[in-house]
Amino acid sequence: MDILRIATAGSVDDGKSTLIGRLLYETKSITKDKIEALEAASKRKGLDFTDLSLLTDGLIAEREQGITIDVAHIYFNTPQRKYIIADTPGHFEYTRNMVTGASNASVSIILIDSRNGVSEQTKRHYYISSLLRVEEVIVAVNKMDLVGYDQSRFEEIKADFEAAVGKSGFEGQKITFIPISSLYGENITTKSKEMPWYGGDSLLSVLEGIENRQQRVGSEKVPARMGVQHVIRPKTEEYHDYRGYAGRISSGDLAVGDEVVALPGRQSSKIKTIEKFETQLQHAVAGDSVAVTLEDDIDVSRGNMLVKAGEEPEGRKALSAKVCWMDGTPMSAGKNYILQHGVNAQKAKVVSIDSVLDVEHLTESSERSEIALNEIGLIQLKTAGEIFADAYMDNPANGAFILIDPMSNNTVGLGFVQ
Amino acid sequence: MREVAAQFERPAILFSGGKDSITLVRLAQKAFYPGKIPFPLVHVDTGHNFPETIEFRDKLVAELGLELIVGLVEDDIRAGNVKEETGKYASRNALQTVTLLNTIERNKFDACIGGARRDEEKARAKERIFSVRDDFGQWDAKKQRPEMFDMLNGRIEIGENVRVFPISNWTELDVWNYIKEEAMDIPSIYFAHQRQVFDRDGMIWSDSEFINKSEDEVPYEKTVRFRTVGDMTCTAAVDSTADNIDTIIDEILEAEISERGARIDDKRSEAAMEKRKQQGYF
Repeated sequence: MDILRIATAGSVDDGKSTLIGRLLYETKSITKDKIEALEAASKRKGLDFTDLSLLTDGLIAEREQGITIDVAHIYFNTPQRKYIIADTPGHFEYTRNMVTGASNASVSIILIDSRNGVSEQTKRHYYISSLLRVEEVIVAVNKMDLVGYDQSRFEEIKADFEAAVGKSGFEGQKITFIPISSLYGENITTKSKEMPWYGGDSLLSVLEGIENRQQRVGSEKVPARMGVQHVIRPKTEEYHDYRGYAGRISSGDLAVGDEVVALPGRQSSKIKTIEKFETQLQHAVAGDSVAVTLEDDIDVSRGNMLVKAGEEPEGRKALSAKVCWMDGTPMSAGKNYILQHGVNAQKAKVVSIDSVLDVEHLTESSERSEIALNEIGLIQLKTAGEIFADAYMDNPANGAFILIDPMSNNTVGLGFVQ
Repeated sequence: MREVAAQFERPAILFSGGKDSITLVRLAQKAFYPGKIPFPLVHVDTGHNFPETIEFRDKLVAELGLELIVGLVEDDIRAGNVKEETGKYASRNALQTVTLLNTIERNKFDACIGGARRDEEKARAKERIFSVRDDFGQWDAKKQRPEMFDMLNGRIEIGENVRVFPISNWTELDVWNYIKEEAMDIPSIYFAHQRQVFDRDGMIWSDSEFINKSEDEVPYEKTVRFRTVGDMTCTAAVDSTADNIDTIIDEILEAEISERGARIDDKRSEAAMEKRKQQGYF
């Protein structure tokens, strides 16, 4: 069955966890024992209703504070498809966890509290979704019950949102606005009787109707890219000379007989076999984890990339990239990091910080010398070895990298190759 | 799996003999085929296991020619590292954590692959695929590394280790469908069978010498199966006649109770799992 991955986003108290709880509840995805546990926990907290947010706020600190700190992954099924929701935190200081949740999603649901309207976090989340090229954005205007299900309030927020985000979207991105009430289940899985003025579909109907494109929006034809994770050499009698290059095809497709080039060595050969456990494939596509054997004995090791001849990406030691910073210690020019692009890791130095984005006003400042936690900036990097990335715009599956701080070993930044 | 083999010096698969860890072994087989699985299996044995599970474990290890490392809770009790619980609800489940950490330290494992799934429990839903534990094996939910796309960062300091959860995003149903698709063998206790049981707190407990029964808890025979397999002192049976994979799948599709609903260890408090994980539970 096909899987639709969704990331939710919004400010604190916009009701993301309640929305997810409601979706699960109405699609009958919560088992009886869990509902009983929820009812008991809500009672203990002195609430006179069943607090559906307790379903996803699984950590002690989250329940204490009534906020979401880290991404929870939640699963539910409808007869049409399977859903994975990343319930991501709205709190500013946990933006990095929001990025974690959104990086694998094809739909982003951004919640807005109808009383508060568009906030800085709304813009930040929308901007990050666009940066990640999440093609479907659903703006869910929540807590409509608290504004008397007022149509003009909804229209006002919609106009504010459109004005605020302006041109930070991209071609091919689709934005849908839905007025909802998570607490009362209005427009969640069924159309609300309270808001007859709303002509669109319920949230679930919109989700069911989304066409699942496995690949993020990029150029129409994406080139084949496969990072080599592991070289399989059984050295058994049966497989004495076997050398299989195991990895996952990140974009494009490979077929037996294709002429391929191994980077960075740039030696070429032809694909002899493509194997997936005990089956032999003639053809494999993006997302497949396979082992490839070649006609010739060329030099290929972990971290290398197999591509089709004629489709080689440029090997670069200097990169221009947008970076989303996720560490408490700011990034500054001159610092060294480890750049990990797929399975290829190289030492990297920040040459310069060109600009830092002010998400509130969507303006860029070139005066800054640092990129602080949760900020997004444009930087120039120099790497010790070649990186074979495509521009994220053209091929998202081969255009992103992470930065690791060699001192703390933490993942501190997410980069998008320009 | 391949990332674990490449990024770590001494990885292992945590193997309980349950369906999730059996699935891990199959995935490892596939990742390195036609080569051999490059990890040993590690079983933390409370001494209170279902005999069917142990029998299955030994058969699988022999068939695939794998190395098996067993950490015995009994050893830690004898060494005075942990204290056996007493009373009606005595279980060695919580004691496992200490044995697990000792086994990791003794064997210098830097990565432990586990079959935990995010759909099992709400604290598990927050876990990363590469989950870093400190020198004391502790999990700090607030300090988890961001994980983007498929890029996994397994860099650690000496003494730290990483718990790896390749089937994080699978659900209980996914696992069963996979077992069916691959026609994999699983321990017989997953299928309905006749068993001596008794009732306690609305759950069906398997009768065994490891459980302190009170006088009014009288064992009787019943057809049951197990949906999750842990220790005999913490896993309840379900009333079921499902005796093959298809009927099990049908039963799960219609189930009103979650899989963890039959885990007595999770019912100790609302945050039982999170607290165990902070201590180093897998």
